[in-house]
Amino acid sequence: MFFPVDYYHIYESLSDEERMIQRSIRQFVDEKFLPIIADFHARGVFPTELIPLLGEMGLLGVTIPEEYGGAGLSHTVYGLAMQELERGDSGLRSFASVQGSLVMYPIYTYGSEEQKRRWLPGLASGKLIGCFGLTEPDHGSDPGGMETKALKTDGGYILNGSKMWITNGMLADVAVVWAKLDGIVRGFLVEKERQGFTARAVKGKYSLRASDTAELSFMDCFVPEENILPQAQGLRAPLSCLNEARYGIAWGAVGAAMACYNEALEYSKTRTQFGRAVASFQITQQKLVEMLNEITKAQLLCRQLGLLKDNGKAQYYHVSLAKRNNVHMALDIARSARSILAANGITDEYQTIRHMLNLESVLTYEGTHEIHTLIVGEHITGFNAFK
Amino acid sequence: MNIAVCVKQVPDTETRIKLTDDHKAVNEDDINFILNPYDEFAVEEALQLKEKNDGEVTIISLGPDRVTSAIRSALAMGADKAIHIKAEQHPADPAVTAEALAAVLKEGNYDLILLGKQAIDDDHTQMASLLAEELDLPAVTVVIKLDIEGDKITAEREIDGAHEVVECSLPAIIAAQRGLNEPRYASLKGIMRAKKIQIEAKEMSLADGQLEIVEFNYPPQKSAGKIVGDSADAVPELLRLLHEEAKVI
Repeated sequence: MFFPVDYYHIYESLSDEERMIQRSIRQFVDEKFLPIIADFHARGVFPTELIPLLGEMGLLGVTIPEEYGGAGLSHTVYGLAMQELERGDSGLRSFASVQGSLVMYPIYTYGSEEQKRRWLPGLASGKLIGCFGLTEPDHGSDPGGMETKALKTDGGYILNGSKMWITNGMLADVAVVWAKLDGIVRGFLVEKERQGFTARAVKGKYSLRASDTAELSFMDCFVPEENILPQAQGLRAPLSCLNEARYGIAWGAVGAAMACYNEALEYSKTRTQFGRAVASFQITQQKLVEMLNEITKAQLLCRQLGLLKDNGKAQYYHVSLAKRNNVHMALDIARSARSILAANGITDEYQTIRHMLNLESVLTYEGTHEIHTLIVGEHITGFNAFK
Repeated sequence: MNIAVCVKQVPDTETRIKLTDDHKAVNEDDINFILNPYDEFAVEEALQLKEKNDGEVTIISLGPDRVTSAIRSALAMGADKAIHIKAEQHPADPAVTAEALAAVLKEGNYDLILLGKQAIDDDHTQMASLLAEELDLPAVTVVIKLDIEGDKITAEREIDGAHEVVECSLPAIIAAQRGLNEPRYASLKGIMRAKKIQIEAKEMSLADGQLEIVEFNYPPQKSAGKIVGDSADAVPELLRLLHEEAKVI
């Protein structure tokens, strides 16, 4: 079993139940996920056979109330879950992030009672899969510029446009699609069998290979009136969903960093060069201490961010600061760990390079590192630097 | 079906065991304690039987206060109730534990008593048989398959080189072997539900027992290997050594 680094005994401040949840997910990742991930990564496929188990364990919709099938637990528990899953692979965490924060959260927050009853229990159990379509081929950091349009018609709406880099896009039974209706961003639930809706897999990825990434196209795709999310009006709605997902990413990235640190530390103690362990060289020690240093800071950041979120005090800029810090440090750590593993670190015998490649995506998705910098920049100076 | 599962808390299988200075006990300072893996099979089997036939699953464990975390693990998997028999430490003599467990089991009027075939710490492998004696019930050990129809039990046991199928009737004691089932992971909801279950604490005076732990010793250090030769010519000598010295073939 993986023993995560906890240099400042941060996890000891969790409740017994929270620690038990951490251990249970860790055991699941150790036993069910790590033995198969290298193969799925190589083949570029998400291990769909684990989806029912993710549902049974309550990892889909952690914060959604039990009456809708969720686990009804705190944001701290959600964060811990994302950390344990991403210790396995960013693709595994992405699956749960999208399902929970980008599909179940908007249906729960902006959906009608009927929509909640129809979709949430199935999504929580993993019997149904969802995806979230906001980003477009020409609008990533600039979602307000979206070109996808909805037109009011008899009994519903006609959607036209395309969405890019959509996690779970090929697997999804339902897509939460954002489109402009009379110039205002609205959310629509589009079932996969709707005519005019097609999904095409993104090929040739070097990153997040064990994750389903697709392009969604809507050509005169009709959705009935009851499929519009009634409470979602304007760009704030999809951005609020991203805020939930980014919160999970801030925790998740630390999991990937912990996996890389652990692997590099163990390797350095047993690998010998010049007749001594590579861990005994000053440069290696410096690398390892820098990793520990950054992981410890990031763990503290997560813990406090979780407490803020559970007390209703976390603002979007708090989440931005944690996302930018934690993902950036995780990527640095993955690269540094890879250098300790040297040539051995380039194969899938070790997990570090897989994390490293994944984190390149995590650095730029759900708000690029740069955009998060400017979000915090705007908050502290009052000047918006990107509009 | 009213089912009891007797469980024990043991050190994690990956623990590097350190002894106390006087070698009379294991130093517990850095030990991560878990639910005995064979008991997990017993808990899982009980839960599956409950799901099939309705009923209730009660977890029973003896030991110091720390064992409540193993009890919570079993509750988090889905058990309904738990009894903690308080003891300063696990008795050195399994007969003492069996006597205490039996006293609690008698009060519960259980249809079926499940437990792991052995605890991975002291490996006595006696509990099912001792309980059978105490309770005057049939015990089937090393069980890898269990079928219950009405009050008839058909159990498949693992024996050396074969499987043995036995029958008996309820109530009975079943000791689980690896392969009986695949224990579920505790779900987030299960863990939170377990938090709300009150563990019944029982104070009991334990017998002295007839066994005393005199000392623990570390296993002997492995000596360096021996290279017999580097060509096919060495095979006969290797075979001879494996047979006569190492006695492994």
